[in-house]
Amino acid sequence: MSDATAYRSLKDLAREEFILPGTPACAGCGGLEALRLAAKMLGERVVYVNAAGCFTLLAGFPYTPFRGSWLYTTMGSAAAGAQGIRDALDVLLARGRMDPSDDVQVVVVAGDGSTYDMAMSSTSAAIWRRLDFWYFCYDNQSYGNTGVQMSAATPFGARTQTTPVTPKSAIGATVDRKDLFEIWRAHRPAYVATVSPRYPVDLARKFETAQRLRGPKLFLAAAPCPTGWEFDPSRTMEYARLQVETGVFPLKEAVNGGPVVHTHVPRKRRPVAEYLEGQGRFRHLFDPVRQDAVIDTIQADVDGYWARVDGRPA
Amino acid sequence: MRKMLTGNSAAAWGARLADVDYVPAFPITPQTEIIEALAGWCAAGDMAARFVSLDSEHSMLTAAGAAAASGARVFTATSSQGLLYGIEVLYTAAGWRVPFVLVNVSRALASPITLEPDHNDVLAARDSGCLQIHAETCQEVLDSVLIGYRIAEDRRVLLPVIVNLDGFTLSFTREPVDIPDAGAARAYVGTYDPGHAVIRAGRPMAQGVAVLGGAGYSFFRYQMAIAADNALAVHEEAATAFAERFGRRWGLVDEYRMEDAELVLVMSNSFATKGRAAVDLLRAEGVPLGLLRLRVIRPFPRDAIRRALAGRRAVAVLDQNLSIGSGGITVAEIAHALYAESSRPPLLSYCGGLGGKEISEAEFRHVVDDLRRAAVTGEVPPPRLLYTEGEAAQMAALLRVAGKETPR
Repeated sequence: MSDATAYRSLKDLAREEFILPGTPACAGCGGLEALRLAAKMLGERVVYVNAAGCFTLLAGFPYTPFRGSWLYTTMGSAAAGAQGIRDALDVLLARGRMDPSDDVQVVVVAGDGSTYDMAMSSTSAAIWRRLDFWYFCYDNQSYGNTGVQMSAATPFGARTQTTPVTPKSAIGATVDRKDLFEIWRAHRPAYVATVSPRYPVDLARKFETAQRLRGPKLFLAAAPCPTGWEFDPSRTMEYARLQVETGVFPLKEAVNGGPVVHTHVPRKRRPVAEYLEGQGRFRHLFDPVRQDAVIDTIQADVDGYWARVDGRPA
Repeated sequence: MRKMLTGNSAAAWGARLADVDYVPAFPITPQTEIIEALAGWCAAGDMAARFVSLDSEHSMLTAAGAAAASGARVFTATSSQGLLYGIEVLYTAAGWRVPFVLVNVSRALASPITLEPDHNDVLAARDSGCLQIHAETCQEVLDSVLIGYRIAEDRRVLLPVIVNLDGFTLSFTREPVDIPDAGAARAYVGTYDPGHAVIRAGRPMAQGVAVLGGAGYSFFRYQMAIAADNALAVHEEAATAFAERFGRRWGLVDEYRMEDAELVLVMSNSFATKGRAAVDLLRAEGVPLGLLRLRVIRPFPRDAIRRALAGRRAVAVLDQNLSIGSGGITVAEIAHALYAESSRPPLLSYCGGLGGKEISEAEFRHVVDDLRRAAVTGEVPPPRLLYTEGEAAQMAALLRVAGKETPR
C-alpha cells in the first residue's frame, strides 16, 4: 500500500453509494458489504461482469441495484466476458466509434464456487494475457446460492450439505481450502489482495493502490455468511473481525507478484476456537464432545502460516 | 477478384470483408486455417480488428458475446468438440440478443474421436437460438458470412448466426471464389450500430439479468422465437440485396433439377455435391430425380420445404447425422413441414456420411430404387443406416486385428 493515501479513517470513504439497497441478498451478507465498499472506490463508470452465484440474483429483471452496467455471463467464464468487453471497448475507442468519456472499468464479480473451481482456467488465462480488469471474489467458503455445499474454498473441518457430519465422518470437510491468493500471485498480476468488510480503510487503500496500476487487479474478499456459516445475521462483522484477528484470514497484498505485504498483522492472535465456536458449521468440533485434535490442527495450520510470515520455523 | 480459395479461406475472407472489430479465437482441427489467416491479416494491418487467443471455446464464445454486447462486430470460428465445449455460451449469448457470426467447420463428434465431417456437431446447437446457414461451396461460405451479418444485425432478428461448412471435404477443398470488392462488401453489410445493447459509461445498462418466474422467462424466449421466424423474411431481403449487388442469389433452400422431378433426394452441405452427381447420373438413365438442398436450417424454412416437396411421388432424406435412439434429425423436421399437406409424398429416411463416410454410387442407387418402389406402392421402408459390403469387409478385417468378433 502506498504511504500517500487519501484513506486514513472511515470518514475518508465516499459517502455516496453505488450499490443501492433493496437486494434479495441474505440479511447480514458479508460479501455484499465488501462489494458495497469496493463500489465506493470503483464509482459508477464500471461494468460488473458476473458469474453464477449468490450475486447473480442481485440484478433481477427489471431491477438492478448497481449504478453502472452489468452483464451476467456463465459460471465458468466471467473473466472471458471481461476480456471481450475490454477488447471491444478498446477497439471501438481506437476506431473512433466510441467517445472516450464512455469508457468503463471492467469488474468481474464472482463467488468462490466459480472462482476456485470452474472459472479457474478462464481467469488464469485473463491474468496471463495481462487483461486490464478487476476481479472481486466474494469468498463465503461454499456453494452458497445452491444451499451451502462444499467448494474448494471450504475450510477443513466445516460441515456443509455435501460434507455432512456423521458418527462415521466426524470432521466435515477433510481437506483445506485452495490457497487462491498464492495461485493468483503466481501469475504475477499487477495487483492481488485480500480484503475484509470489517476493515474498510484497509480495503479502500488497496483499491486506491490498484487504481494506479494497469493489468489484472485481483481481490479476494472475506464474506462471512450467516446462512452458510450458521450464525445470527447481526454478528457478521464480529465474525469478519475474528476471521482476521485469529489469523485465519490474513489481510495482505502483492504488486506484480512480488513479496507479500501483510497490511494488518494481528498483534496478539486470538485462538481459532473463538472464531470457530459460535458458527453452526463448526459446532460438531465442540459439541457433544470437543474434538481437540481437529481444533489443534486448524490452530497449528494458522500458527504455521504466521511463523512463515515472521520467518520463523513453524 | 477471382481466386482459388479453400472453404476455410473463404470463411476468413468473409470476416475480413465484413470489416469486423473483434476476433476471439481458439484453434481446433479443421478450423485452424481460418483463425491463422485472420491472425495474419490483423497482425499485418490488413484488418482493423483485434485478434485475441482465448483459453477455450467456452471462453472464446463468452468473449464473442460480451464484445457484441459492448457494441462491436464480432467474428469467430470453431468445430465439433469445440462447439460442444462452448454450447452453454451459444444459448447464453443468443439470449443476450447480440449478433455475431460464428463459422462452424463440421467434424463428427467423439466418441470415437475422429476428424472428418458430419453434422451432429452443428445440429447440437439447433435449439440454442443461433440461426444456421449450411454452405455447399466455398463461394457460398464467403457469401453466407456477409449475408449472415445482415441477418444477425437486423433489428427484427438480433441473434447470432452460425455459418456451417464441412471439415475436410469443403474446408480444405480449393474452388474458384469471387471475392467481392472490399468497398462493395462494406456497403452491403453496413455499420453495426447497436441501439439495444452497449456498455457505455454514459448509458448504464444491465444485460443478461436473471428473470425469475415462468411467465417472464417465457416472454423472453418467445421473443427469440419470433425473431428467428422474422429471419426468414430478413434472409430473403438480404439475399435479394446481395444478388442485386453481387449477382448471386442464395435461397432458403436450394433446388437442383427439381422442375419436373418426381423423386427427390434431400441433402445438405458439401455432400449435396455428391447428390447432384447422382441426380445427373440417374437423370441420364431416365429417372425423374431432383435434389433439394437444405441451406437455412434455423429458422427452419417449413413453407419453402413444403412448396418444394408437396406433390412429388417420393422423397428420401439423407441425414448426415444420427440422433441415437431416434434416427435422422432433419427428416423429422421435414415430416413436420409436410404433415398438414394433403398431397404429401412417402418420406424415406437414410443416415449416411457419418464421420465423412463416403456415400457411394451404389448407395445412391439403393436409395433411388427404394424411392421408385415407394412411389408406386406407397410403402415406406424402415429408416436405413447406409453401409456398403466393401466397408463391412474392411471393418471385419480391422476387427480381426483388434481381436474382436465381427458383429452380425
